[in-house]
Amino acid sequence: MKKTTIATAVLAGLTLSGLAQAQTLNIVSWGGAYSDSQQKAYHDPWMKKTGDKIVNIDKSANALAGLRAQTQAGNVTWDVVDMLPSDAIIACDEGLIDIIDADKVLEPAPDGTPPSKDFLENSLGECFVPQIVYSNILAFNTSMFPKDKEPDSIKALFDLENYPGKRALQKKPINNMEWALVADGVAPDDVYEVLSTEEGVARAFKKLDTIKDHVIWWEEGAQPPQLLADKEVSFASAYNGRIFNASVNENQPFDIIWDAQVFELDGWVVPAGKLDRVKDYLAFATATPQLANQAKYISYGPARKSSSALVSTMDGTDIDMKPHMPTYGPNFKTAIRKDDAFWADHLDELSQRFNAWLSS
Amino acid sequence: MTLPSDTPEGLTTADGRPLKASLEHAVRRHRLRALMLVLPLVAFLIVAFILPIGSMLWRSIDNPEVSQGLPLTSRAIADWDGQELPGEPVYAALYKDLETGYADRSIGRVASRLNYQYSGMRSTLMGSARKLGRLEGPPWKAAMISLDRDWGEHDLWRMIQREARPWTLSYYLSAIDMQYAPNGDIVEKPGYLQLHVKLFVRTLWMSMLITALCLVLAYPVAYLLATLPAGKGNLLMILVLLPFWTSLLVRTTTWIAILQQQGVLNDILVSLHVIGNDERLQMIYNKTGTIVAMTHILLPFMILPLYSVMKTIPVGYMRAARSLGAGPVTAFRRVYFPQTVAGIGAGSILVFILSIGYYITPALVGGESGRFITNLIAYHMQTSLNWGLAAAIASILLFVVIICYLVYNRLIGVDKVKLG
Repeated sequence: MKKTTIATAVLAGLTLSGLAQAQTLNIVSWGGAYSDSQQKAYHDPWMKKTGDKIVNIDKSANALAGLRAQTQAGNVTWDVVDMLPSDAIIACDEGLIDIIDADKVLEPAPDGTPPSKDFLENSLGECFVPQIVYSNILAFNTSMFPKDKEPDSIKALFDLENYPGKRALQKKPINNMEWALVADGVAPDDVYEVLSTEEGVARAFKKLDTIKDHVIWWEEGAQPPQLLADKEVSFASAYNGRIFNASVNENQPFDIIWDAQVFELDGWVVPAGKLDRVKDYLAFATATPQLANQAKYISYGPARKSSSALVSTMDGTDIDMKPHMPTYGPNFKTAIRKDDAFWADHLDELSQRFNAWLSS
Repeated sequence: MTLPSDTPEGLTTADGRPLKASLEHAVRRHRLRALMLVLPLVAFLIVAFILPIGSMLWRSIDNPEVSQGLPLTSRAIADWDGQELPGEPVYAALYKDLETGYADRSIGRVASRLNYQYSGMRSTLMGSARKLGRLEGPPWKAAMISLDRDWGEHDLWRMIQREARPWTLSYYLSAIDMQYAPNGDIVEKPGYLQLHVKLFVRTLWMSMLITALCLVLAYPVAYLLATLPAGKGNLLMILVLLPFWTSLLVRTTTWIAILQQQGVLNDILVSLHVIGNDERLQMIYNKTGTIVAMTHILLPFMILPLYSVMKTIPVGYMRAARSLGAGPVTAFRRVYFPQTVAGIGAGSILVFILSIGYYITPALVGGESGRFITNLIAYHMQTSLNWGLAAAIASILLFVVIICYLVYNRLIGVDKVKLG
């Protein structure tokens, strides 16, 4: 009799916990200042609201490789993955991630605008929900140049005479080839058209040749602010948010050259078969207030129009975030939108050529 | 184990069985028991060594994407003679394959695979698959070409025909900087795409250099260790082993702190006025960095085998040689050195093979000019995601190591290796 009671109690307990089951979500992202902003804007409020546990995994740099490997092994442990749209296109085509019907899964804007209208034009993918607009920019340490000779154009990157010193650039063809062409006189809007031709590619490499011996190649997003702070380099290409955070939080004398910034989106994808499990989190994290909140912690523009209107000052300071956003008018004049379709087609070949160029 | 032939045939044991059979039975039982003891090791070797290497070798020629992702097209194109553009049946098969492949999302893998070989194939395939709905009906040939002009390219169909086979040599060709020309001939890649052969050669000669440096540095140390009295010798031994027990990453990053431009060594040189502040030496993120750090890291692997061999050489031999009239150089060259060859061989092959496969140290301190072929394998695993190519490069590296081992066996003999 007693045994039965206990058994019933245990069973009841199990059922109850089953109803309001707190789960553990493995969320893959980029680490550093960026993951911190996600932690504060999305993860902490979600954990408080539901009791879920969120584990951060800093693997976004190799997210596509990870998804392929986990899928082939038949053991996908990731629940939500932060990814670039170009990788998301490939993952979606290969069936590695779930198709997301934005209007069914995501929250509408506070005024009722459906997600498909509220997110920036052409930003939602078949399998991809954008969070932010970020930018690849060139940054420099202001203490390394005289006040009256601070660089403000992408041409400075290739101008060793007036701006000597090493340059830190990301070890991949993307951004570098675009900048080489713009500095060589190509209009930002024509960059990808020129780059589609053999002459354009040769021209870009020829321009890169002029600074090759002065470049330190970086691979992790945390490296460029470090190299700038150590004064190992005069210029570094970087993600604009990292430079902003280093200059605000760590008082580093960094400044950004917005000329020819290469901007793109970044957002969430869900590994195949996981959508039901993470639907609620995804809807919460990409809702208008959460996206607006993230901009309190890092200078990336929210991907929802309804959130952009809410962007105000940085958390705990009175710094207005708007002028630090890639999409802010004056910053945006000569911006290049990274052409995901171009790079999806040409990254294999140009990477091969870039690697051969590096070691020649 | 067999019985001596002169054993009388008629002998039996106490229970009446023939002696021979009984003995064989006992021996077999022993063998089985011994086999049981090594079974865990065999199982471990199979799981952790033979299967992964087998799967790597397999992956370097395995080519399932096109034949599985475009099954009808693969079959239809198989007996195309390659003269004119393929006929209507091939295009009809392509249409069907794209339709099913797009619906079950299997076409993406084909697109990724073919894009390695033919830049732009990704958008040709995916774009056509997306727009299939616009087509009204046969003839499919004209219809597909109207969707994307690339479908009218002769070279593209040659490439599809080649890659539709279930196995491929493309990865191996790419690993040695070759490729298929559109007509199917194997040709060298254009100069601006050549990379792998150079890295293979660099990996080999830098590994030899590191081995030689290790030998030069280790020989006197090992000699000292072997000849010092026990107390001092032990202390010295601890000094050799201490870095050996320290994490590889710690030792590598220590070299960064020492060698970088704002690092310890440059600071000392500047403060001694050997060099000016604006002419600090670049000693890391290049070949020098790789050679210095790897020589240091691999040094114990040379010292220990040398030491174990030298320890067994009686001190009296050298004295005897000297007392018989040999000068110090002759005594060393003709008496001492020949006896240490086994140790040199063991240390060298150990350091050389470890060095060829090293990956993390060149990645951290090698920059561009100090990069090894192993770093490229990692790159193809993680970044370019071309796992077939990574497997092909790794397989070639494996063959190179096996050849080195065979040459070594021929010259010195593996049975002479002494590790302690």
